[in-house]
Amino acid sequence: MALIETRDLSRIYDLDAGRVVALDSVSLDIDQGDFVAVMGPSGSGKSTFMNLIGCLDRPTGGQYRLAGTAVESLDAAGLARLRNREIGFVFQQFNLLPRVDALGNVELPMIYAGFDRRTRRERALQALGRVGLADRAHHRPMQLSGGQQQRVAIARALVNSPSLLLADEPTGALDSRTANEIMALFQELNREGVTIVLVTHDAEVGRHAHRLVRFRDGRVMEDHRQTPVDARDLAPEAAE
Amino acid sequence: MRWMEAIRSAFSAIMANALRSLLTMLGIVIGVAAVIAMVAIGSGARNLVDSQIRSLGANLAIVTPGNVTQGGARLGAGAASSLTDEDARAIRREIDGVVAAAPFVQGGAQVVAGGSNWGTRIYGIDLDWFSAREWDVATGRTFDPEEVRRGDIVILLGQTVARNLFGEDEPIDQIVRVRNVPFRVIGVMAPKGQSAFGQDQDDVVFVPLDTGRRRVIGRNYAKDRSVGSIFVKFANESDIEPGIETMTALLRQRHRIIGEQEDDFSIRNLTEIANTATASANTLSMLLAAVAAVSLLVGGIGIMNIMLVSVTERTREIGLRLAVGARPRDILSQFLIEATTLSTIGGALGIALGAGAAYLVAQLAGWPSLVSTNAILMAVGFSALVGIFFGFYPAQRAAKLDPIEALRRE
Ligand SMILES: Nc1ncnc2c1ncn2[C@@H]1O[C@H](COP(=O)(O)OP(=O)(O)O)[C@@H](O)[C@H]1O
Ligand SMILES: [Mg+2]
Repeated sequence: MALIETRDLSRIYDLDAGRVVALDSVSLDIDQGDFVAVMGPSGSGKSTFMNLIGCLDRPTGGQYRLAGTAVESLDAAGLARLRNREIGFVFQQFNLLPRVDALGNVELPMIYAGFDRRTRRERALQALGRVGLADRAHHRPMQLSGGQQQRVAIARALVNSPSLLLADEPTGALDSRTANEIMALFQELNREGVTIVLVTHDAEVGRHAHRLVRFRDGRVMEDHRQTPVDARDLAPEAAE
Repeated sequence: MRWMEAIRSAFSAIMANALRSLLTMLGIVIGVAAVIAMVAIGSGARNLVDSQIRSLGANLAIVTPGNVTQGGARLGAGAASSLTDEDARAIRREIDGVVAAAPFVQGGAQVVAGGSNWGTRIYGIDLDWFSAREWDVATGRTFDPEEVRRGDIVILLGQTVARNLFGEDEPIDQIVRVRNVPFRVIGVMAPKGQSAFGQDQDDVVFVPLDTGRRRVIGRNYAKDRSVGSIFVKFANESDIEPGIETMTALLRQRHRIIGEQEDDFSIRNLTEIANTATASANTLSMLLAAVAAVSLLVGGIGIMNIMLVSVTERTREIGLRLAVGARPRDILSQFLIEATTLSTIGGALGIALGAGAAYLVAQLAGWPSLVSTNAILMAVGFSALVGIFFGFYPAQRAAKLDPIEALRRE
């Protein structure tokens, strides 16, 4: 069973200016452990797709199952729970709380998961360690570089051990060297077993993903597997 | 979200805009201060009345010689009092509702016991004193009728005098000297504490009326069996006013005052003094209640306004919180708690301000300052309610935000 299954997933905006079909009947399965790059021109529906599979938005048509759960049937609290447990989201703009230090930012999802303070602290430190920022735990976002802020955001996305890590242009606000470091981090996380779906404009990044999905006008124009799902097990040398 | 987390984050949000928060709280601060001051002044006045009744006795009138409308100067040094024991006896006998009429004389005296001596007030009283003033001995006994009739040389000590002259020793049956007359101590009065005006009422000694007149207080009284004043105690408060009228008629008749001639005495209803204090405290309380209501309303609207601003400013934060798993009700409670924390801090400041104001008023009015736990609880409750009530709408707006739109907002 695939981790993500969408069937004719659509998102239509009815505006005064007219109908906008942001996503047009997309049917796509994504397996556990995969690393999917989503590409396509601006306005092609990539973000719309990410928001839908991230349970941040509701489709206007079609079905979506995440880890077997029929998402359409959930209410706001149910969606919140799913976002909290199953999904980690990384944004282009980092979206860290400015008044809270790195540790506090990483703890945030665990507050809503109901973990006690000690557990939160422990796991947040561990997650910061995983992205190489153990020594910046008490720095506020303002005191961190863009790359470091995005690492904190990634640690936050990982901290509840979600089954899915979604990143919408995570390197869009970073210089190319830092962007490469962040991409290397994603690859490393994927090798450790995290399922990743990532929107990018960088063809190089697209090449490193296991699978490349290209959108145009709200539809999937190209879906190309470049590497087997779990590269480590099936073809260790192919992953190099 | 857990309560502690919510309160912690509320504090940090409030501190992030400390000045703005403080200004927002101002209405609550003033409102709560007014509530505290109102309650304190109300209970201060009630306390004054209580303590006045406690220290004097309930349902009392006092008959004094001379006419107060002409000024107290008429009873200058050497002037004989117009009131006598006989007047007191007549009042006791003839006025309806009178339970006691206690004539007394008073003066200052130096009381000597062994090596110690102590300056105090001395009263010459008869047996009605004890029931009129609702005041008995703590140890020993009061005068017996014979002692009063004969004018025996016996004395009752107030607690303060007993303590200062005898310390831990037993004063009863000891001899004390007043004006070189050796008095035998027969009892020590029960403690009364401070009067409503801060006097130590236990700093006093009592001797029989005649003894006082003849031996210690002065010659003027001795000549004509006159007395300083008469306390008249009535059974019920409703007896006082009619009683004063009939007493006036009785005394005019006894003193042979006719027609347009002025009274040579005056009678005051002592419960009236207390009533006046209560009335002015009530007026002040009403004023403060109005101030409190308006301030709390204005404060509440201020909180609502600032919370709406805060929700707008922090839309992205709300979107992010929703994205990482906050449920709408988590957002709702976060902002409700923030509004409530804001108003409760305002309430705490208001309590401090109100207590200060109440203290000041108490000092000016001369009654004990009373900030009760009840008033504080009430004030905290009020301010929390204001926060919840006026914070609800902004919090609900925050909770209804769509995560995508919230995240996209600048
Ligand atoms: N909230 C919205 N209201 C109306 N149209 C929208 C909204 N969000 C996205 N769209 C439209 O949907 C289409 C897809 O947008 P989006 O998914 O953001 O594209 P991409 O991320 O690929 O650049 C665009 O035409 C965009 O204008
Ligand atoms: Mg986009």
